[in-house]
Amino acid sequence: MLIARWKLLVLQALVAIVALGTWHIGSAGTFGITFLPKFFFSAPLDVGNRIVKMFVDGTVKIATCSEPLDLSRILQTNDACFGKTVWQHLLITSIEGLLAFVIGSLAGVMMGFWFARKPLVAAVFDPYIKMFNALPRVVLAPIFMLWLGLGIWSKVALGFTLVFFIVFFNVYQGVREVSPVILANARMLGMSERQLFRHVYWPSALSWMFSSLHTSVGFAIIGAVVGEYLGSAAGLGYLIQQAEGTFDVTGVFAGMVILAAFVLFVDWLVTLVENRLLVWKPPAASQQV
Amino acid sequence: MADPPVVRLTRVDVAFPEPSGAVFKAVSGASLEVAGSEFVAIVGPTGCGKSTLLNCAAGLLKPAAGTVDIFGTPLVGLNRHAGYLFQQDALMPWKTARDNIALALEVGGTPATEARDRAQVWLTRVGLKSFGDRYAHQLSGGQRKRVGLAQVLIRDPKILLMDEPFGPLDAQTRQIMGNLLLNLWAADKKAVMFVTHDLEEAIALADRVVIMSAGPEARIIGDHRIDLVRPRDATEVRLQPRFHELHKAIWGQLRAEVVKAYGGEIG
Ligand SMILES: Nc1ncnc2c1ncn2[C@@H]1O[C@H](COP(=O)(O)OP(=O)(O)O)[C@@H](O)[C@H]1O
Ligand SMILES: [Mg+2]
Repeated sequence: MLIARWKLLVLQALVAIVALGTWHIGSAGTFGITFLPKFFFSAPLDVGNRIVKMFVDGTVKIATCSEPLDLSRILQTNDACFGKTVWQHLLITSIEGLLAFVIGSLAGVMMGFWFARKPLVAAVFDPYIKMFNALPRVVLAPIFMLWLGLGIWSKVALGFTLVFFIVFFNVYQGVREVSPVILANARMLGMSERQLFRHVYWPSALSWMFSSLHTSVGFAIIGAVVGEYLGSAAGLGYLIQQAEGTFDVTGVFAGMVILAAFVLFVDWLVTLVENRLLVWKPPAASQQV
Repeated sequence: MADPPVVRLTRVDVAFPEPSGAVFKAVSGASLEVAGSEFVAIVGPTGCGKSTLLNCAAGLLKPAAGTVDIFGTPLVGLNRHAGYLFQQDALMPWKTARDNIALALEVGGTPATEARDRAQVWLTRVGLKSFGDRYAHQLSGGQRKRVGLAQVLIRDPKILLMDEPFGPLDAQTRQIMGNLLLNLWAADKKAVMFVTHDLEEAIALADRVVIMSAGPEARIIGDHRIDLVRPRDATEVRLQPRFHELHKAIWGQLRAEVVKAYGGEIG
């Protein structure tokens, strides 16, 4: 079914208006009853104002700082210019997510290839891989903090454990499920093992990896935020955790909205990258209208 | 001394292990010779072992017994003189049509720009001049086969192995492809092993039509010289009286095998 773009936008906006409207009416007690008391549920306008205030305050703090902009200080949580601004929180969560994604993907690709090409290795490690993957990652967070401290690396490690397994399983699958006909054809064209790797295994594995790009990028950010939430001095997870600690529900909602917007933005970036890299893929059956 | 045949299969046996542990003898004692610049079509009921035989000639399968000689030398590993057009789609979906063809040259060390230029020449030759930038899924079945043909022929193999190359195409496209193949082959005569289940197609294209018996333990049971004059038109040749005589003679033999292959299911 093909829906006109404007119609879809109107309907989507309608959902937001109804939800926000209900929230507003419920918290303001417009009809005499306050079924969403502000202490527990805050109010949409308060949340909006708080978000604006956070960005204004943060921007003002950085803009009016007399010291020159210095990259080495941007990440310092006690810095006089950048410390605890919303921009710093966003930047730190982004850096943690990015590092978790890059390192997790690299490790996943290498291990995936290694396992797929060496069945003995795969067979030996299979139960252990399954065991680690079955582990809920939250329980690892305190251990990572013990090992790596409260800085960004314990969050990167948490994100890594999430990203690694997704990429690993996809690359493993991608290498093993290369079409035997394409492989036979490539060999008949005279490809050496190295050329097979470059022209057949590698693109096939990458296409599997990219098909899970949204999931792995999402998990990288989740790892970072959960890590921050459990113990840190900066980041979006820290922001939410601080607000919760003082029963500042408006602050919690503001943090969640910023986090959601951030994730949507990153997801949009991933879609752009995906459209560039997977031009050769036939559209999925569900998209062929 | 006469030149040795380009391809010589001598009493080839091929066995596949079955899940039960027994061995399935797909091909048994199959012998076939193909001379240089000879176009041989192999026909037989479906599942008799045509692809299996071709894989032996390509070096993708090692026969359990018997020998495969290429230009008089026993084949070890893959057959480096052969180009193979597979029954299924074998293009790399992540490369464009042009890059798929060019890659066949690049693998052998041809510089990328030269390979791409020559690939464009081949695209034109197979009638896909302006389709070079398309990916496999953006091409029709017939167009994909043309790209596959160019990919194989650009390396200029001495032997051309084709496994039901036009199988999934509609009747009209098959005949157009048949003519394309005949023209390319006339310009540069290679030894061809052309597997098909379509006897008419076999007679229209080939110098010789060989019949495989129904499996298991399939072998070559018939060898018919096709004396239709060349150059031929794959469509018009079917109207000649001689075509009908040949068809009648060969079909008599093939029919018995087809019936056997279906185990009498069709009576
Ligand atoms: N890899 C395999 N393992 C087991 N049996 C096979 C394999 N390949 C082919 N066969 C069997 O060998 C016979 C011949 O197959 P094939 O050469 O593909 O027939 P066709 O003449 O249709 O090309 C069939 O009965 C098929 O089931
Ligand atoms: Mg076959």
